[in-house]
Amino acid sequence: MSTVSNEIESFEDPGTPAHVARAADLNPRSEKRAEQQVAILFALSGLGSLLLIYSYVFVADDIFIFIPVMGDQNAHQLGLGIGMAMSLFFLGMAAIHWAKTLMPETEVVNHRHEFRSSNEDREEFVKTVKDGVAGVQLGRRKLIKRSLAVSMGLFALPPVLLLRDLGPLPKKQLETTSWKAGTRLVTDPGNRPILASDLEVGAVVQTLPAIAEGEERLLSDIAKDPVLLIRLRPEDFQLTPEKLAMTHEGIIAFSKICSHMGCAVALYEQQTKHLLCPCHQSTFDVTRGAKVIFGPAARPLPQLDITVDAEGYLVARAPFNESVGPSYWERNSQ
Amino acid sequence: MKRLSSYRRHKAAAPLLLVIALLGIGTTFNVASATIKAAPTTFARSAAIDEGKQIFLKGCSSCHGLNAEGGAIAPSLIGVGAASVDFQVGTGRMPMADMSTQAARKEPVYNAEQTAALVAYVASLAPGPAIPTDAVLNYERDGNTAQGGELFRNNCAMCHNFAGQGGALTQGKYAPTLMGVEPKYIYEALITGPQSMPVFSDKTITPAEKLSLIKWIKSAEAEPNLGGATMGRIGPVTEGLLIWVLGLGLLIAVAVWLTTKAR
Amino acid sequence: MTTAEKRIGAAANFVDERIGAAGWVKKSLNKVFPDHWSFMLGEVCMYSFIILLLSGTFLTLWFDPSQRDVIYEGVYEPLKGLKMSAAYASTLDISFEVRGGLLMRQIHHWAANIFMAAIVAHLLRVFFTGAFRKPREFNWILGIILVTLGLVEGLFGYSLPDDLLSGTGLRITSAIIQAIPLVGTYISFFLFGGAFPGVGFIPRIFTLHVLLIPGIFLAVITIHVMLVWYQKHTQFPGPGKTEKNVVGHPILPVYMAKAGGFFFIVFGVIAFISAVASINPIWLYGPYTPGQISAGSQPDWYMGWLDGLVRMAPPLETHAFGHTVSWNILIPALIVPGILFTGMALYPFIESWITGDKREHHLLDRPRNVPNRTALGVMSITFVMVALINGGNDIFATAFSLSINQIMWFSRIAIFVLPPLSFVITKRLCLSLQRADRDLVLHGKETGRLVRMPSGEFVEVHEPISAEKRWILTSHEQPVALEIEQIDARGVKRPGALKNKLRMRLSKAHAVAVPKVTAADLKEIEHH
Repeated sequence: MSTVSNEIESFEDPGTPAHVARAADLNPRSEKRAEQQVAILFALSGLGSLLLIYSYVFVADDIFIFIPVMGDQNAHQLGLGIGMAMSLFFLGMAAIHWAKTLMPETEVVNHRHEFRSSNEDREEFVKTVKDGVAGVQLGRRKLIKRSLAVSMGLFALPPVLLLRDLGPLPKKQLETTSWKAGTRLVTDPGNRPILASDLEVGAVVQTLPAIAEGEERLLSDIAKDPVLLIRLRPEDFQLTPEKLAMTHEGIIAFSKICSHMGCAVALYEQQTKHLLCPCHQSTFDVTRGAKVIFGPAARPLPQLDITVDAEGYLVARAPFNESVGPSYWERNSQ
Repeated sequence: MKRLSSYRRHKAAAPLLLVIALLGIGTTFNVASATIKAAPTTFARSAAIDEGKQIFLKGCSSCHGLNAEGGAIAPSLIGVGAASVDFQVGTGRMPMADMSTQAARKEPVYNAEQTAALVAYVASLAPGPAIPTDAVLNYERDGNTAQGGELFRNNCAMCHNFAGQGGALTQGKYAPTLMGVEPKYIYEALITGPQSMPVFSDKTITPAEKLSLIKWIKSAEAEPNLGGATMGRIGPVTEGLLIWVLGLGLLIAVAVWLTTKAR
Repeated sequence: MTTAEKRIGAAANFVDERIGAAGWVKKSLNKVFPDHWSFMLGEVCMYSFIILLLSGTFLTLWFDPSQRDVIYEGVYEPLKGLKMSAAYASTLDISFEVRGGLLMRQIHHWAANIFMAAIVAHLLRVFFTGAFRKPREFNWILGIILVTLGLVEGLFGYSLPDDLLSGTGLRITSAIIQAIPLVGTYISFFLFGGAFPGVGFIPRIFTLHVLLIPGIFLAVITIHVMLVWYQKHTQFPGPGKTEKNVVGHPILPVYMAKAGGFFFIVFGVIAFISAVASINPIWLYGPYTPGQISAGSQPDWYMGWLDGLVRMAPPLETHAFGHTVSWNILIPALIVPGILFTGMALYPFIESWITGDKREHHLLDRPRNVPNRTALGVMSITFVMVALINGGNDIFATAFSLSINQIMWFSRIAIFVLPPLSFVITKRLCLSLQRADRDLVLHGKETGRLVRMPSGEFVEVHEPISAEKRWILTSHEQPVALEIEQIDARGVKRPGALKNKLRMRLSKAHAVAVPKVTAADLKEIEHH
C-alpha cells in the first residue's frame, strides 16, 4: 500500500542557512551594552526582592492606595506581589537576554538513530524471555497453576474489603428528610415559627423544619430539608385536587433542593410565579406544582403538604411523599 | 454705537454673538423655570394629594388607569403604599420608558417635591407600606453585619449574586446591582417587592434583620478588593478570561521574544 | 588549573569513581533542542506545576482540612461569630492573617489556571503539527492522562476551602456520581462518607489533592519529559532539517539559560497577575451550606464546558420498573466527555489507520498541509467553545442584556450546527492557503513595484522567493489515498469489507490537497 507521493521530482534542500553574527559578536561596544543591559535586569530583580522584604516587614496591612482603573488597592499586598513578581521576572529576563546576546549561539546538529533495535538484539531478547518463561514451566505444573489462581483470586479481595468503612450504605437516607406530621416551619436564618398571616401575596420565605431547643442541624440534613414557602392568590393555582389539598389558603410549599442536581432553587419571580435554579437554569412553574417548563430538570420539585396548627403556625401535615433532591438508580419516580 | 458697529465684520463677531445668544436663552429659561420649580417646601396635605393627582393623571394614568385601578399593561396601584411609589418614582423606574424587559433604574423624571406629591396621592387611595423614616433606617447602630451576610446569602444572593452585583432571571429579566443603592430604597424594595422581586414583609424579615441586610450591603460596597482587581466580583468566568488573555498572552509574547535571534 | 577547576575536578572524580557518569552526562549536555516559541508551551505547563508544588506546600502549613464546625473569631468583620468549617476558617486566616498568605493563595490558584490553559494550548500545538505520530503515540496518551488528572486536581483544589461556590460544585459532583446506574448511590456515600455533604469529604480530597494525585503527576510528567528527551524533540520543516537530524542549541549553556530563565519568567508573570488581579475571594462567597446559592455560579473555566453541556441537556430521564436513569446528567457529564477524551487518546492510531502510514515522523506538519486533521481540531475547539459559552450564559445575559433562555436555545442548536460548519470552513481555508503557497513558489512574492509593458498593461513585478522559503513550502509530503483491493487476483474477497470501504473513504478525504509545486513545474514557468 503506497502512502506517499514523493517519487516526483521535488526541490533540493538548500541546507542550514549561513550563520549571521550578532551585534555583540562583532562590535565590542554592542557587547558592552548588552552586558550593561543584563546587569540592569539583575539589578531590577534585586530591587523587587527588596520591595518584597520592605512590604512584608514595614508596610501595615490596612493602608489602601488608589491605582487608576483598579481602584483602591491594599499597599501591603501590592508591595509583596509586585516585589515578588519583579524579583522573579527580571531574573528570568536577565538570564534570557544574556543567552540571546552574549552566549555562543551557533546551531548544532544532532543525528537521529532509528529506534528499532537491531535484529540481533531482538533475537537475543526473544531467546532470553523464552528461556526465562520456560523455567517457570507453568504448563507442566498444573497443581501449582491451580493453587496459584485460587490464592491470587482470594488475595485480590481484602484490599477492596478494607475500604468498606469509607461510608455507610445509603439505605433509606436518600428517601427521608426531617419533615414529619406536625413539624413546624421556621425561618432560615432566625428559626422563628411562621403564622399564615405573616405572608403577603407575593411573599417567599426560606424555611427549615423546627428543631428542639439546644439541638444542632447537621449539614446533611440541611442538604435535604429546606422548604420554600410561597403565597399566591388561591385562584392563581392550576393544580390537581390532591396537590391543591396540600396548600393552605394560597400558601404552597416546595422542597428547595433542585430535582436536577441538588442546588438550592431559591430564585422566585413574583410576577411570572416561576422558580429559577441558578445552577443550570431549570425553571419551575409554581402555579402548576413546580412543573418544569425550561432547562434540564426532569421532575417537578416535591411539594410539602402543609396546614396550620392550633396556634395558627404553619406546619407540615405529612413527610414528603417522594425523595427530595437529584435522581438516583433506586428512586421510584413513577 | 459707531465703535461697536465697526467690529461688525470682525472674525470673532459671529461666534461671540452666538455664545451670547445661547447664554441669554439658557439663563432666561433657567430663571423662568426656577421660578416655577421653586415652590414652597411645606404643603398642606390635601394640596399635596391634589398636586399628586394632577401629576398622576398627566404622567401615569395612560398605563395605570384614571383611578389607578390598573389595566392590561400595568398593575393596580390601589394599596401599593407610599413606599412603592417612593421607590419606583424615586429611582426613576417609573414612568417606564422602555417597555421591553423590565423597568430599569434611570434618571428620575420627577423631582423630590413631585415625587412626594405622587406618594401622597397613591397612599391616599388605600393603606399600604409606608416610607421608612430616618430613625428606622439607622442601620449603623441597629444592624449586625455578620448576621446581615447570612440573611443576604439566604434571601438575596440567588438573584443579586453573592456580592450584590446583580444576576440574570428568565427571559431577559434581571435582578439589578445593589451597589450604590440608597438604604431607603433597599428597605422599600424589600417591603414592596417591585416587579419580579418577592415581598419580604416585616413579619418574615424583621425590621432589625432588614437593617442588618442593609448594613452588610453597605459594608460590601465599601470593602476594597484585597487581592487586586476583581473584574466585577462575578466569579470564575472573568477569571478564566483574564488568564487566557493576559496570562497566556504575556507568556507567549515572552516565548516569541525568547526564541527570536538577537540582532 | 585554577583553584575552582581543581575543586570541581575533585568533586567530579568522587562521583565518577562511584557511578561512572561521565559518559552519559556528556551525552546529555550535548543534546540539542530546537527553538520555536510554540515548543515552550509544554515548558509553561511544567513550570506552573513546580510553582503549584511550591505554593501549595506553603498553603498546607496553615490550612486545616477538616469539616468540623468552628465559630469564626478572626479579623474579617462580616463573618465574625458565624459558624463555618475549619477548612473555611483556616483559609480566611491564610488570606487575612498570614503575611503573604493571600498572595500565595492567589499564586496557587492563578498557577492552576495557567497550568490548565497551557496544557490545552500545548495539546493543540501537538495536535495541529502532528507531533503525536509514531514514535510519540504513547507520550500523547500520557498527555491526555495529564489533562484529565489536571481537571480533577483543579476541582479538588478549589473545593478545599469549602466556600459557597465550590461547595455548590461538590453538590453537582455528588449528583453526577449518584446518577450512575446500579452503583451510583454507593460510590457517592463511600466517597463522601455518608449523605452529602458528609463529614469526611474535605479531608479525603485533601489527601488526594496534596499527596496521591501530585505523586501520579510527578511520575507521569517525568516519563512524559524523559520520552521527549530520549526520542528527541520534533522540529518544524526548514532548510537543513530532515527526518534524521535535530537542529538547535545544546543544553549547556544556551538552552539551560533560556529554559531556566523562562521558569522565572513564568513564575514572575503568575506573581504579577496574583499581585494585581483577585481570584477566588472566598470571604465574599461565604461558608458552604446546601441551603444557599448565588446567582452566576460557575466552576473554574476548565470545567465550564462540562457545566455548559449539562445546562443545555434536554430533560431526559427514564422512570421504569421502580428505577430512574438520569440521561440529562449521564450524557453531558459522563458519556460525551468520555467519548471525547477516549477519541483524543486514540487519535494517533485512528489517523495512522486512515493513512496507512507506519513510518516514524520527526518533522512537524504545517497545519495547512493536513486540512482534514486541522479541520477536525477546529471542529473540536468549536464544540468546546459553544459549551463553554453556555456554561456562562447567565453571566453573559447580565453583562450584555440578553436572555438566558435565548442563549440556551442558541447553544442547543449551535452545538450541532457550528462544529460541522467550522470543519468545512477550515478545510476550505487550509486548501486555499495551500493554493497561496503554490502561487508563491511558482510566481514569487509581490514587490509592490508596477511596470508598464510596451503593450500598455500594468503588471506587478514579482521576486522569486529564497531557496530556504521555497524549501519550507515544498518539502512536505502529500498523502495518497489508500487503495485496498477488495478482491485479489484469484477472486478471493478480502475480509472486513465494510471496514475497508470506510477506511478508503476516510483516506481519500484525508488526502485532499492542492498538489505542491515540483521542480518541473517551476522550470515550465521559467520558460514563459
